[in-house]
Amino acid sequence: MTQHKVGIAEAAVCHKNESILTIGLGSCVGVCLYDGTKKIAGMAHIMLPDSTNSKNNINRYKFADTGIDDLVSAMERAGASKLKIQAKIAGGAQMFTSTNASDIMKIGDRNVSAVKNQLAKHGVRVVSEDTGHNYGRTIEFFAESGSLHVKSIKTGVKVI
Amino acid sequence: MKFEDLNEIQLDALKEIGNVGAGNAATALSTLLNKRIDMTVPKIEILPFNEVVEIMGGADSLVAGGFLEVYGEAPMSILFAIPEKSVSLFMQILIGKEINSIEDFDEMSESVVKEVTNILSGAYLNSLGMFTNLVFEASVPALAYDMSGAIIGNVLQMYGEVSDYAFVIESVFLEADIEVKGHFFLLPEPDSLFKILERLGVS
Repeated sequence: MTQHKVGIAEAAVCHKNESILTIGLGSCVGVCLYDGTKKIAGMAHIMLPDSTNSKNNINRYKFADTGIDDLVSAMERAGASKLKIQAKIAGGAQMFTSTNASDIMKIGDRNVSAVKNQLAKHGVRVVSEDTGHNYGRTIEFFAESGSLHVKSIKTGVKVI
Repeated sequence: MKFEDLNEIQLDALKEIGNVGAGNAATALSTLLNKRIDMTVPKIEILPFNEVVEIMGGADSLVAGGFLEVYGEAPMSILFAIPEKSVSLFMQILIGKEINSIEDFDEMSESVVKEVTNILSGAYLNSLGMFTNLVFEASVPALAYDMSGAIIGNVLQMYGEVSDYAFVIESVFLEADIEVKGHFFLLPEPDSLFKILERLGVS
């Protein structure tokens, strides 16, 4: 079984018997797309909500808007049908707790809502999610089953 | 103005500030703990984000991190991160407590990391202020103990709208024969970096 690794602001698409892993999601969001009829899975490690607010936007997978556009296209190129694609998302934590948390620290929340908005634009439904809270997550997405394993040092492993 | 565009002279100027800052920090820590703590800065470098996670031992290794924001004429963010294997030694040196698992990392340990982040930031910012004549004001530190990918990713992300590089000061603390390594990340906003270099006369 091949395991594909996805780093910050990267993405991968894989087929049955394969999986995609991303380690240490903090306030980043792991967007997982799945076409269950073709058993095609895709994952993007999204770092920021909006490419239009950024001067440094060459890397499209860094952002929820351009990253999800590209991941949907990559799924379609791999043979997925857009109408069949469903999403699972994880991450978007607020790693640093502080009494005077500024907006910049709440970037996890902003990422999650930007991801949901962009998925809605493509008509992709979010079927399950494990987002928010204050801990990091390592996630692995399996193309055979479409199950997403979410691991954290504080809560152990859960499957969504 | 970006880190990756800095020339040798500019880098040397920043390194010198780091060295002076480390000296100040060692003095401050020794005074606080009433015992002699030495500090050296073996390495100061500019690193792309993915290498930053690597020097902390990989994305799934545990680190304790204190984070704060700096306001004033040249705003920036600061992260002080200690890898899991150093956290225990660090606590031994500072409060004589052993940390063997995440459960041992209690409120007291959190306060220690926060306080050290405070002291180090203060020392570096004083040094920076002395050389540049700029005024810096730091926020109260926030804390996290988790996977390094998650923590560093989070900090770099707040900053990732402007750059893909970080300024990293490796800091080694020495007390008698115990040696502990931590990493201090300085993340100035792009205009701030320009302002600092201008004041240093190397823009």
